Amino acid sequence: MPSPNPLHTALALLTVSAITIALRAAPFLLFGGHRQLPPAVRRLGTLLPPAIMAILVVYCLRNVQPAQPPHGVPELAALALVVNLHRWQGNVLLSIGAGTAFYMLLIRILPAA
Amino acid sequence: MTASRRALIAFCLRQTIPVACAYIFLGMAYGICMNTAGWHPVWTLLGSLIIYAGSMQFVLVPLLASGASLTTIALMTLFINARHLFYGIGFIETFRQARRSAYPYLIFALTDETYSLLCALKIPPELNRQQVIFTISLCNHAYWLLGSLLGALAGQTLPLDFTGIDFTMTALFTIIFLEQWQNASRHGPALIGAACSLFFLLCIGPGHFLLPALVVTVTLLMLAGPRLAPATADNGDRHA
Repeated sequence: MPSPNPLHTALALLTVSAITIALRAAPFLLFGGHRQLPPAVRRLGTLLPPAIMAILVVYCLRNVQPAQPPHGVPELAALALVVNLHRWQGNVLLSIGAGTAFYMLLIRILPAA
Repeated sequence: MTASRRALIAFCLRQTIPVACAYIFLGMAYGICMNTAGWHPVWTLLGSLIIYAGSMQFVLVPLLASGASLTTIALMTLFINARHLFYGIGFIETFRQARRSAYPYLIFALTDETYSLLCALKIPPELNRQQVIFTISLCNHAYWLLGSLLGALAGQTLPLDFTGIDFTMTALFTIIFLEQWQNASRHGPALIGAACSLFFLLCIGPGHFLLPALVVTVTLLMLAGPRLAPATADNGDRHA
């Protein structure tokens, strides 16, 4: 259920918006001149994305319970489809669409706890 | 409408067709997710209007549902959207030449897709470069808003059970992770992120593992940075 406090939600949206805008604007504000990003920042910028993406995938799967039916089978099977379909066709919309449809089917037909 | 304006719009619409497909599809998924989670379409539209960052908007749905603190949300935004820091660098000179009223919007609207499109763009000489850049940025934002709106309304008006639609987020992130993995010569950062998140997930549980996982991961990357080869040739490939 959504947060009962719309103020918290509004603050959350504004926070995300402000930080995102700050990140997008930073190069223009800081380097509107001709300074370079420090090499450590530049390096962190190349290292962050794959690490963050790994964390996000784990985050998406955080509620999977291997010990309880359906034992994470819908997630594993649907992700197997996504990965293989994507390696075959490389079409993002197709991979997401087919994977999601398969997942939604599996959670309806496989018995849950 | 003048012929030159028609030519401008025709060019921009044609160039943004791939983005339209992606943004309308994912926007709808986002809108349906929000609706399924119980949010009124106003929140969905507001998010797509002022945030305009797909990955973060998707993650915000479960974050808000779990009552995450503003600190957690702020740190997540910082790390997830950090790549945007690098997009602007290539466009400092270009955007500087824009109309003063267009300048802030161009900066705000520099998303993954818009960035990629602008990088690859070849503008015919008869069209005004600044007008093209602005129109394309605006079109992409409009597609995202349209998709979000359609999704939010579809969720409300269609008598369909959309349970499980949030798997689009899992699928999207997995695809991005896969493409990054395939393009990377070294997998250290990805493995560090995976190890930290799994470790804290097992120790603390799904409700609170995220923040420690993020903090420890970023700290490890900063410390081990010099020893890890760059993970990819560019800064993080395509996201939504």
